[in-house]
Amino acid sequence: MSKTITIDPVTRIEGHSKITIQLDDRGQVADARFHVTQFRGFEKMTEGRPFYEMPALTARICGICPVSHLVASAKAGDALLAVRIPETAANLRRIMNLAQITQSHALSFFHLSSPDFVMGFDADPAERNIFGVMQRYPDLAKDGIALRKFGQSIIELLGGKRIHPAWVVPGGVSAPLSEEDRDTILAYVPDAKARLLRTLDWYKGIFGNFDAEIRSFANFPSLFMGLVHRDGRISMYGGNIRIVDAVGNIVADQLPPEKYQEYIAEAVEPDSYLKSPYYKPLGYPDGIYRVGPLARMNIISRCGTRLADQEWAEFRALQRGAVLSSYMYHYARLVEMLYCIERLEQILNDPDILSKHVRAFASPNQLEGIGMSEAPRGTLLHHYKIDENGLIRWVNLVIATGHNNLAMNKGVLQVARQFIRSTKIEEPMLNRVEAVIRAFDPCLSCSTHAIGHMALHVQLLASDGEVVDEVRRG
Amino acid sequence: MKRSQIITFKIDGQDIAAREDETILELARQNGIRIPTLCYLESVTPWGGCRLCMVEVKGTTRLFPACMTYPQEGMEVSTVTEQLTTYRKQVLDLLFAERNHVCSVCVSNGACELQGLAYELGMTHVGVPYLNPSLPLDASHPYFGLDHNRCILCTRCVRVCDEIEGAHTWDVMGRGVDARIVADLNQPWGEAISCTSCGKCVQACPTGALFEKGKSVAEMQKRHEFLPYLALMREGRDGDSEQ
Repeated sequence: MSKTITIDPVTRIEGHSKITIQLDDRGQVADARFHVTQFRGFEKMTEGRPFYEMPALTARICGICPVSHLVASAKAGDALLAVRIPETAANLRRIMNLAQITQSHALSFFHLSSPDFVMGFDADPAERNIFGVMQRYPDLAKDGIALRKFGQSIIELLGGKRIHPAWVVPGGVSAPLSEEDRDTILAYVPDAKARLLRTLDWYKGIFGNFDAEIRSFANFPSLFMGLVHRDGRISMYGGNIRIVDAVGNIVADQLPPEKYQEYIAEAVEPDSYLKSPYYKPLGYPDGIYRVGPLARMNIISRCGTRLADQEWAEFRALQRGAVLSSYMYHYARLVEMLYCIERLEQILNDPDILSKHVRAFASPNQLEGIGMSEAPRGTLLHHYKIDENGLIRWVNLVIATGHNNLAMNKGVLQVARQFIRSTKIEEPMLNRVEAVIRAFDPCLSCSTHAIGHMALHVQLLASDGEVVDEVRRG
Repeated sequence: MKRSQIITFKIDGQDIAAREDETILELARQNGIRIPTLCYLESVTPWGGCRLCMVEVKGTTRLFPACMTYPQEGMEVSTVTEQLTTYRKQVLDLLFAERNHVCSVCVSNGACELQGLAYELGMTHVGVPYLNPSLPLDASHPYFGLDHNRCILCTRCVRVCDEIEGAHTWDVMGRGVDARIVADLNQPWGEAISCTSCGKCVQACPTGALFEKGKSVAEMQKRHEFLPYLALMREGRDGDSEQ
């Protein structure tokens, strides 16, 4: 008799989703699927609004990464204006984006995932949460909170508030950076760097303890995609697309963001509200690729900052070719945070950052605009069409988490096959199925929710729908 | 003009000396007493439409709009009572529910008179169901936009355009909940030939309904302090020509 295990909702991720695991007659895992159960509809509800409102409107997609949407949206707005924005404005946006990536990575690594690292995947879920970490490893928890605060404070200094700042606008930014605020941010840097290096040292010492997880957490060959500079350096704000295969060969390089429809297509699955983009030349579903920290570490030729480059070289030495295990997203996240801190320090030390010329003004000169940037979770794309009066007629958003949809599904199946060997539900195995999703740090939209308080409801169903076993937690 | 007689009356217990041709609202403002308003705009004809300036007068249960009511000798006016606060909140309730006032993404966020009053009166929620109408945004004018979603039909734009600019581009069409501000003969604003693009309507608008194009969220600061001076200068000019 075949059975279905449902994990609903998946916990310690951002947004709402569930996982179903289909067992065959012998109790072996036949299939596993990751379903995103929430629907937002931003592409439709923004129609008819002025494109100038789009950064603020689309920032509401998420309370964790509003800045990522602000940046991609404002870049699409720049394209509609057909202006080249002042370099200082671009650099100020860069700083905010780097701060955003730092705070979001800190949230993912420390608040959401570190309970698994420090207590193990088999630990009691009552303890295996950020509060457990605070009690048993207070220094680690403090570092996480401080690093998140570092990013959020920079966002607040630049944009006036931490969540949904309206400072990034089509044409640039709405206000220049003051000398005082620049100095304040620079003063935060040494502490953040020290905390991060301490965390990296610690994590490099322990991640090897999770060999079974490394082997099975979405560990398979796939393509990797992200933005790079012309010289192959990591690029979080501008640049062009590079795609690398599983052995580390560059499959495509310097693909222009505005031609994304030539190399990316989007499939729609009937059981999820999340679209499944794929690399067009390889078709669906063979064109599976990953984005985000792991992908960025795999595609780049170097980071371009001193400490991050050292860590990056060490990271890439883990595996010949590309690093394939999605468990390594966590490690990659730490290396990226180091890069972000170093890079924003570099930009802030350029005296031009205080220039008062931070905005280009124009009426819309193009009826179609595309903006692409790197969000914490990967490449983010906003594509708008407007009428001659500047009102939105059509929108397409390709969100970072979407790019990873195919890989997350494949990862869920891989982990389920590795860890589920009986029809009896065991909590540690469920935690691992969730943890593979957590490694991708999917942002299934929306704002923050309580950590460790969300109910996990798992049902083991017979093929006729009868509940055979049931577990609740939370 | 007939010579005004000086009378005395009370607002909130404060003795006020007044000319007969001054409204309770004007007198309150001269004496530093705040009465909330939305449709009132200094220098154009009062309209009495928003009902936020309603005040109580001792000896009658009827409420009076301060912007349209002249004081009488010995009158005792109250501007802040529990009843008035309740009524004012209800007026705001209806305004917020009737259209789509989404402050967080509005060009006038932080500089909006409707939002400001909601804060001032301690509004925590809207007490009636939202209508969520589907309303268009007219962006046909080269410099300005009209977002019906944010319009409260205060008619400040209509009056300022008619009485100060003398163009009368704006008017109101339809009734009740279907009422809309229209340009000329219900044309797109950009095609309204009477519009001089002076922008006074935009500055007079208390919300984000009328805005300058290219403004992002919270960037639209309205300035209408200059309107009384402008009105005064034009009155003076008219007066000269009449003599």
